[in-house]
Amino acid sequence: MSKELINKLSSPSETGRLVIVGGGPAGLAAAAKARAEGAKDIVIIERDVRLGGILNQCVHSGFGLHMFGQELTGPEYASRLEKEAAGITALTSVTVLNVTPSLEVECVSEEGIFTVRADAVILACGCRERPRGAIGIPGARCAGVYTAGTAQKLINISGIMPGRKFFILGSGDIGLIMARRAILQGGEVLGVAEIMPFSSGLKRNIAQCLDDYGVPLMLSHTVTDIREKGGRLCGVTVSRVDEKLSPVPGTERYFECDTLLLSVGLLPEVELLRAAGAEIDPVTGGAVVDERMMTTAEGIFCVGNMLHVHDLADYACKEAEECARFAVRYLEGNRGGGEGVKAECRGGVRYTVPQLLLRREEGALSLKLRVGRVAKNVYITASADGEEVYSVFRRVVAPGEMEYLTVPADKASKLRKAERVTVEMKEKK
Amino acid sequence: MKKVFDVIIIGAGVIGCSVASRLSAYKCCIAVLERTHDLSCGASKANSGIVHGGFDAAEGSLKAKFNVLGCAMMEEEAGRLDFPYRRNGSMVLAFGKEEEETLQKLYRRGIKNGAKGLSIISGGEVRALEPNVSPAVTAALYCTSSGITSPYEMTVAYGENAAQNGAEFYFDSAVTKITREGKNFLLTTQSGEKYIARAVVNCAGVHADDVCRAYEGEGEKISFTITPRRGEYILLDKTEGGKVNATLFHTPTAMGKGILVTPTVHGNLLLGPTADDIGDKEDADTTSSGGERVLAGAKKSVPSILPKTAITRFSGVRAHPSSEDFIIGRAFEGWYNLAGIESPGLTCAPALGKYMAQMIAADYNFEEDKDYIAERKGIRAFAAMSYEERERAIAENPLYGKIVCRCEQVTEAEIVQSIRRPLGARDMDGVKRRTRAGMGRCQSGFCMPKVAEIIARELNIDINEVTKFGGASYMTEGYIDE
Repeated sequence: MSKELINKLSSPSETGRLVIVGGGPAGLAAAAKARAEGAKDIVIIERDVRLGGILNQCVHSGFGLHMFGQELTGPEYASRLEKEAAGITALTSVTVLNVTPSLEVECVSEEGIFTVRADAVILACGCRERPRGAIGIPGARCAGVYTAGTAQKLINISGIMPGRKFFILGSGDIGLIMARRAILQGGEVLGVAEIMPFSSGLKRNIAQCLDDYGVPLMLSHTVTDIREKGGRLCGVTVSRVDEKLSPVPGTERYFECDTLLLSVGLLPEVELLRAAGAEIDPVTGGAVVDERMMTTAEGIFCVGNMLHVHDLADYACKEAEECARFAVRYLEGNRGGGEGVKAECRGGVRYTVPQLLLRREEGALSLKLRVGRVAKNVYITASADGEEVYSVFRRVVAPGEMEYLTVPADKASKLRKAERVTVEMKEKK
Repeated sequence: MKKVFDVIIIGAGVIGCSVASRLSAYKCCIAVLERTHDLSCGASKANSGIVHGGFDAAEGSLKAKFNVLGCAMMEEEAGRLDFPYRRNGSMVLAFGKEEEETLQKLYRRGIKNGAKGLSIISGGEVRALEPNVSPAVTAALYCTSSGITSPYEMTVAYGENAAQNGAEFYFDSAVTKITREGKNFLLTTQSGEKYIARAVVNCAGVHADDVCRAYEGEGEKISFTITPRRGEYILLDKTEGGKVNATLFHTPTAMGKGILVTPTVHGNLLLGPTADDIGDKEDADTTSSGGERVLAGAKKSVPSILPKTAITRFSGVRAHPSSEDFIIGRAFEGWYNLAGIESPGLTCAPALGKYMAQMIAADYNFEEDKDYIAERKGIRAFAAMSYEERERAIAENPLYGKIVCRCEQVTEAEIVQSIRRPLGARDMDGVKRRTRAGMGRCQSGFCMPKVAEIIARELNIDINEVTKFGGASYMTEGYIDE
């Protein structure tokens, strides 16, 4: 990174500068789209040595069907996205420490501390995995307990096996993927325990990563003890849980293994949002955004897994592209218009993104949401001041699968103008 | 001829290191034998980190005496040795009339003990100072002289100060046998190494009674036992650290001292501990019942605590002595005990170290060492630097611009220093305690591979040899395709 570039970025931009924090799939997709929409001065800032984010460690295939119409591995997908964003200024090995309300992006690298002046910021910092402490697994505090993503990085980036004989807690997608990965690398996977009566992972991953390799999926089970020998894990106890998710005494089974992988949920990495004073949604753990995906901090947008955790990288990219259009509009001077109505979630709907509908917006409304339980034959409805204006039928909904709704323009308009908007799930009578 | 140490200290916890640091101000030859892989691996690494005011211990007890002395010394010690300390004050919360009476007793006891800054305040005054405290609180004993510190950083500070003044440290050196060799003591460790000393200071924490028993013949004369008493904790994210300012205790009852809620010096919120007597001195497991009791107790004081903001759980095994009070002093010629140092032991550590060093120096006529270096500087943390300091730090050492642990903003420069310093870190937990890399909300999920790589590079070992805390606690198993 040259002094000249740093000087340029520290000065105001003539055309309006869009700074994208995070060079993973969402960040790259946002950058490419913003350029296509006419942004002239775009800067991507990435803390890792290379762009691509977590895709780099996802050597399995299954990416890109929606974005590129073909099945790609993570690194292939990353390079496609990088190609689309080729020529855009990208700073790597640079960590953003802070984004101020006046859109100064404070950075640090081996070359020093510097500030990039932005006219709009898209935050695309991804998410992190919930660690052992967040779910409080009792037992020994030894080596050999890893989140699935850390294990994935060790195997696929560092070329190191975290262990040989694995047990996996949580049926999140990364856990399922790592079950297969460990087996392909000569490891043994004794089982996957899931505390809920259903899996939070994609069906195709259960089939391709567990069933194909004969790895048992133990629903309504959890790890209730961890044993160690000399400081390294040597086994785990797994118990069945009741409807209240409490372990049932007498159902304990001991599995001798050297590693416990955790795939027990992802949380948006929102520290920069907090520092910028943006509101956080207690349900998603990510930002509260309006239809433009602008946070409650003016000029700061948020997309991808930092906004809410997605099922597929493709969906995160689509969301980022949508956001890029609004960010470019914002750069062009289309400011203000943040007044709107917050969608209230009820009856099994946990959250919606966006949370805030804008009075001023027009056209169809795309709404993403998650439900809290598995349900069959349901309607998801949206009501304006108590009157149902939109309804869509679903044969089956599950917490592991995000729902994507498109509310037509006329109906969306009613919602946007309402005093009160409620989104809920109703059983078919 | 084998080297004869003037003093051998057994145990590199906060007490052993404090004694070593103070004793290193005299012209004498010191060794510290530690059974684990690093400094601060027993109770010193897993306790509440509270600097107590001194109203809790019984009047006239050693606990009371050294508590008040230690509390008064702490600010100066923290400045001299560069470890974190903040006087945030504490409150003993009363829920109703009966507990308010206990507060009065504690207040009177505190005054007699010489504790500073005590007052009884009403429930309304409590909530004016601490808005998140339960509406059920009717009064509190407020103590403005109490504070918080980082117990493991304090221990490392004492240890490093001792080392910079010439004390020698030997790790993985559990003392298994002690015999006489003339007037001297001959100490044999687990690996068969032998050390000779004129004097022995037993700071072996939960193993202090075992060390006495290892002294064949005469050890039997020392009749105390140590019961391992486990305390479990839950640490919450920094988002919760502002929930309280003071350290909040329950009023002690016949059922125990209750659960405290405290901010940590690093801005997290700490809840705990339980107090369970257990059979195994090494059993620092966490349990689900322990976790539930901690949460229930903490919520009694601060109802808005969110369990889902927990980032880790841990437990420490405290050394509870059969005598109830600390066991301090010369047991017989050449043998000194600092045993049963349970709470408020951390607060007492500076005073105990000073007291014991003076006693030994007097017994052996050690001269003061004019070259003694009283000050110790810690690793400069990037996270705590101003803009200008950061600029200068990176210009001097570009590794200060490489953030390795994103949650705690720890740079590669700090991690490298933590390994290269005297008594440097040699494992993941050692780096974590010295730099905070891996202490944050992701609990090393992101930085673990990089930290392991740096440790391997700096120690010139294979990455698969890197451990969590020594022994066989290997982080990884081997390269793929092997």
